[in-house]
Amino acid sequence: MEWASWSDFWHMAGYGLYVWGSYAVTAACILVEVILLKRAGTDTRRRLKRMQQWEEQ
Amino acid sequence: MNLYTYASPANFYHLAGKLIPWFAWGAGLLTVWGLYISFFLAPTDFQQSEAYRIIFIHVPAAWMSMFIYLVMAFWGAIGLAFNTRLSFMMARALAPTGALFTFIALWTGALWGKPMWGAWWVWDARLTSELILLFLYVGIIALWAAIDDVKRGDRAGSLLTLIGAINVPIIYFSVKWWNTLHQGSSINLTKAPSMAAIMLQGMLVMAIAAWLYTIAVALVRVRRIILERERQTDWAKAILEAE
Repeated sequence: MEWASWSDFWHMAGYGLYVWGSYAVTAACILVEVILLKRAGTDTRRRLKRMQQWEEQ
Repeated sequence: MNLYTYASPANFYHLAGKLIPWFAWGAGLLTVWGLYISFFLAPTDFQQSEAYRIIFIHVPAAWMSMFIYLVMAFWGAIGLAFNTRLSFMMARALAPTGALFTFIALWTGALWGKPMWGAWWVWDARLTSELILLFLYVGIIALWAAIDDVKRGDRAGSLLTLIGAINVPIIYFSVKWWNTLHQGSSINLTKAPSMAAIMLQGMLVMAIAAWLYTIAVALVRVRRIILERERQTDWAKAILEAE
């Protein structure tokens, strides 16, 4: 184990801003991609379904 | 059963649906493991102190940015040569995630460059060619979005992807061909790795996690594209009714 305490861990020997800035933005990017993907999936299916109902009428 | 069965969008739609949870869970578990190695097992670097821990996302993201591009170019080439519908759909499904990893590689690179070189950005060959890669991804996605005719769009986008593929070896070898602030590769195919085994292990676990993630999201995306393009077929209508 490399860390004496949690504050040590967050501090990253003075590089906390750079290290956590990298990890946080990466996590945010992935989260946004997953959310957009989910939303696009439901939107498309809903739209296609509506088009299909139109065509059947 | 033969392999060509899955070249049909209908069969692939179902296969992809079954595979997605496996890739997604695999990606999640490997990420947890990789992060544990990155922060709790890997020791402090004797030159870069704790700042080097950025490597565990920077390098896998940079690998993915190049590799996804090559896979897109591969599918584009197959599509152009054999006119297979699914290949073009795969190429389209991969592009946004490739652009995402390129952005992450650039972002983490800037945050690593600042404490180590004293600069967020320098216009050297490695950084500039990676930035061009991001522009290529964005350009290809925009081209696809701009052309309403699906078939023409597929061909135009794939052609652009193939032309841009020349950039990938330039990125990869840029640290050898030109003088640069960027450090050389930590691992390559011909030499023993120049880093501690546990650091290497963390990087590889994160890279495999990134792979599984990419496959999972690309499959989700390709299913949506398949459904959209096949909406006139009976099987797609049946699926839409059932969902």
